[in-house]
Amino acid sequence: MPDGRVDFVVVEKPLAAWTRFWNIGAVRKTFLLLVLAGLWEGYARWLNNPLLFPTFVDTLKAFFSGIASGELPRAASYTIQLLLKGYVAGLAIAALLTAFASATRIGADLLETLTSMFNPLPSIALLPLALIWFGLGDGSIIFVLIHAVLWAVALNTYAGFRAVSPTLRMVGQNYGLSKVGYVTRILIPGAFPSILTGLKVGWAFAWRTLIAAELVFGVSSGSGGLGWYIFEQKNQLLIPNVFAGLLTVILFGLVVENLIFRTIENRTVRRWGMQV
Amino acid sequence: MLAVRGVTLQYRTKDHLVTATYRVSFSVLESDRFVVLGPSGCGKSTLLKAVGGYIRPVEGDILLDGSPVKGPAPDRVFVFQEFDQLLPWKTVKENIVFALTASGKLARRAAEECAEHNIAKVKLSEFADSYPHTLSGGMKQRAAIARALAMEPRILLMDEPFAALDALTRAQMQEELLQLWEETKFTVLFVTHSISEAIRIGTRILVLSAHPGQVKAELKSGACDEAALQELLFDA
Repeated sequence: MPDGRVDFVVVEKPLAAWTRFWNIGAVRKTFLLLVLAGLWEGYARWLNNPLLFPTFVDTLKAFFSGIASGELPRAASYTIQLLLKGYVAGLAIAALLTAFASATRIGADLLETLTSMFNPLPSIALLPLALIWFGLGDGSIIFVLIHAVLWAVALNTYAGFRAVSPTLRMVGQNYGLSKVGYVTRILIPGAFPSILTGLKVGWAFAWRTLIAAELVFGVSSGSGGLGWYIFEQKNQLLIPNVFAGLLTVILFGLVVENLIFRTIENRTVRRWGMQV
Repeated sequence: MLAVRGVTLQYRTKDHLVTATYRVSFSVLESDRFVVLGPSGCGKSTLLKAVGGYIRPVEGDILLDGSPVKGPAPDRVFVFQEFDQLLPWKTVKENIVFALTASGKLARRAAEECAEHNIAKVKLSEFADSYPHTLSGGMKQRAAIARALAMEPRILLMDEPFAALDALTRAQMQEELLQLWEETKFTVLFVTHSISEAIRIGTRILVLSAHPGQVKAELKSGACDEAALQELLFDA
């Protein structure tokens, strides 16, 4: 080559439009959802038994009429409110426990012992006891929610603190940070990947526990959340509504995981290169 | 300026009490490039940590400008060997601003200017707003040096800062460190196990023996060559 250029090697060229389109995760996932919905519709039509397995279209209809009547949004907002109360209370207790564990050795032993005792215990198993202690109503549910959130968050946060590298710790001490500054500006950001994992796991545990508690025990019968909605519709054999209730539960899960937690992840640990 | 007098350092492992250095004495003067040279396990890093205030000597004193060292403080800034000494959740510039504001040395605005100035000195201006994980090892060490220099400490403590770099980058970084020193003549206490690095960097060299570290000799850098140091270091 007279000018020293090599023509047959691609140095850099834009990918084809279709490849770029397919590289977007949301596009691939939407495609999968459409396929699943199609399979659902096909199977339900073939089965032709709306009492056992309503079609996707019927479920959507029930879903939208549930929204229009205000019944689903009311149930959902009740559930979310309860969930947030339990979640926040759980986080606060987890923060206290982790602080105690980080400050003293006996605190660390306490956290490890309590976690290994209570983490394997499904929260829902505590509900009968909670009903005796706190009676029918929100108190019992919040109690089991705290149990669902607390151990996952405390354990992950504590593990994250311990995994902050000795070099970073020494750097933190070098610049004369106060005790509080050291925790908030070195330990918490340094442990953030683990903390985030704890928050996600805690959220998932809480969500499942709550729906199950409402569903199985009808604890919140007075006002009624999503679980109660599902339970009631089943009693009236309104199966499409049951499916609509389940769909709502799934939608919340998707939104929280893919919008809220994913956004936090992209803005923090991924951008910082602490997680790929 | 810095006086280390008869310092014995010990640390505990799970089932041993290890003496890292035994009655080590030396003093660092203003604008010295003082190198502590010794084989692996001679306690030179432990010694530096003691000067940094992370470890208390079991015997002897460490005095900075006549007053004893108590705990880590911003008047003795560390540059570590490890690449993870930059806070990964802050950009290069924010790392320096953090150091300056956290220590209460400068307010936010002034700290930003100071950070930019020091980033330019280590030729990282292009990467000022990059997060550490996107930088190469050499660039991370440069950023760490910029952060330490911005603090204008009484003494800069460098714990084998170039040991984890490839040979080419290491030589370049040594050269750059000397150039930076020419500008402000900061005082630096530099720990290394590399004889050639000691000769290149140091104006004065303290040679330690191994297990436990004891002073073997203190030399002026011009007054010795590599072979002589080698002999000194490895002869019992």
